[in-house]
Amino acid sequence: MNAGALTRVAPPLLTFVVGVGLAEVTIRALGVSPLLLPPPSAVWAAATAEAGTLLPALATTAQAVLAGLALATTLGIAAAVALAASPWVQRAFYPYAIFFQVVPIVAIAPLLVIWFGYGFRAVVAAAFVVSVFPVIANTLAGLLSVDPALRDLFRLHGAGRAATLWKLRLPWALPYLLTGLRIAAGLAVIGAIVGEFVGGGGLGVVVLGAMRQQRTDLVFAAVGYASALGLVLFAAVGLASRFALRHWHASEKEG
Amino acid sequence: MHRGVSLAFEGVHRSFRSATEGEVHALAGIDLAIEAGSFVALLGPSGCGKSTLLRLAAGLDRPERGRVERDGGDVAMVFQDAHLLPWRDVVENVALPLELLGRGDGRARAATALDRVGLGDALRRYPAELSGGMRMRASLARACVTDPQLLLLDEPFAALDELTRMALDDDLRRLWAETGLTVLFVTHSIAEAAYLAERVVVLSRRPARVVLDHAVALPAERSAALRADPAFARELGVLQEALRRGADLA
Repeated sequence: MNAGALTRVAPPLLTFVVGVGLAEVTIRALGVSPLLLPPPSAVWAAATAEAGTLLPALATTAQAVLAGLALATTLGIAAAVALAASPWVQRAFYPYAIFFQVVPIVAIAPLLVIWFGYGFRAVVAAAFVVSVFPVIANTLAGLLSVDPALRDLFRLHGAGRAATLWKLRLPWALPYLLTGLRIAAGLAVIGAIVGEFVGGGGLGVVVLGAMRQQRTDLVFAAVGYASALGLVLFAAVGLASRFALRHWHASEKEG
Repeated sequence: MHRGVSLAFEGVHRSFRSATEGEVHALAGIDLAIEAGSFVALLGPSGCGKSTLLRLAAGLDRPERGRVERDGGDVAMVFQDAHLLPWRDVVENVALPLELLGRGDGRARAATALDRVGLGDALRRYPAELSGGMRMRASLARACVTDPQLLLLDEPFAALDELTRMALDDDLRRLWAETGLTVLFVTHSIAEAAYLAERVVVLSRRPARVVLDHAVALPAERSAALRADPAFARELGVLQEALRRGADLA
C-alpha cells in the first residue's frame, strides 16, 4: 500500500474503529437493553453465528437486486432513447416516467405481489421500479447534451439516425448513464428488501423473522449484510465507470 | 488543375429567434462568389453571423431568402475547438468521416492524413493525452481524410497559443497549395486573415453585410518573415480600416 492509498483509507477506518468502540462502551455503560440497541459486539456475534442463515439470504437478495438493475438498465436506456427522439415525445411521456421516482415502493409492493406472485419475480420488480428512474433521467440528460458541433459533423458526413445513435449519442451519454447507475445500485437494494417484506425471501424475510423473535442483534446483522451489498454494488459501478471512461480524462478523475 | 469547387451566395438572408434578444437578423443579403480553388477569409467581429454563413455553405442550414450554390463534392468542416470523440483514439477519430460515408475501413488513409499534419507517431493516443495544438492538428487531419473539395474552417485556431497558431497557419497554407481545394476560413483576427488568404471578405456587425472584398497583395509563398514586411503591415491597415467601418455601420 502506498502513501496515497493510506491517507485515503486511514481516516474513514479510524472513524469507524473509534465510532464502534465508543458505541460499545456507551451502550454497556448505560445498560441499554439489548432488545432496543445491542452493542456492536453482540451484532458481530449474531452476524457470524447466524451466517448459515444470512449468507444464503444475502445471495437471494443479491440475485434479485442484480436482475432488477439489469432490467432497469436495459429498459431505462431504451426509454431514454425513445424520449430523446423528439421534444414532443418528451413532453408527452416524461412526466409519467417521473412516476417511477415518486411512487412509494412500500405502498405498491403488495400490488407487485398480486401481479407477479410471491417470490423472486415480485422482488425483482420492486428493485426495478425504484431504480429505473435515475437510469432514464441521467441517460436522457446525456443524450440531449451531445455537442452540437459533433452533430453537425455527423450530418455533414451523411450519418443516419442509427449511426448517430450508436457512434455518437450513446457513447456520449455513457458517463451520465454510469452516474445514474451509481444512484440506482443503492436504490435497488432498498427496493428488493421492501419487496421481500411482502413477497418473501432473502434478507427482508430474515429481518422480519428476527423482529418477531425480538432478535434485535440479528436485525442489525441483516441490515449490515444489506448495507454491505449496497456498498459492493456502488463500488463495482465505480470501478466499471473508471474502466469505461479511462480515456476520457475529465470524468476519470472524478472518483 | 484545381480540385476545389466554386461556391456562391446570392442575396442570402438568415435570422434566428433568440430567447434573450428576440428575432436576430444574422445575415442581410449576402452576395458572394467564391472561385474554385481559392483561399478566402471571412473577417468580422465576434457574433456577426460568420458561422451562420459557414453552416449555409456546408448545407447544414438553409437561407430564408436567397440561394447558396455549390457544385457537388465532399465538404469538410473544422470547428472552433477540435471536437474529437474522447472514446476513440486519434486514428479512429480521423477515420470517422470515411466510416460514416461508408467508404470502408479508413485507418490507412487516416494514418496518411495524420502523417501529413505531423501526428504520424500519435496514432494510438487518445484526445485527452494530446495538447491543444495536437488535437487541432488531428481535427484538421479528420477534415482532410475524405479529400474534400471544399474546406470550411470556423475560427479553428482561436484558442491556441501564438506559436502553435502560426505553425498551424503554415500547415494549412501548405495543404491548400498542395491540394488546390477551396478554403473558406472564418476568423476575427486581422493578421490571420491577411497571412492565410488570397482574398479577404470583411463583414459588418450584425446583420452582416459585406463591407470590403479585398484581394490580398502578398506573394503566394508565405513564411514567418512576411509578418514583419511593410507590405503585410499595409494589408493589415486596409483590413483594420474596413473592420472599423463595419463596426460603425450597425
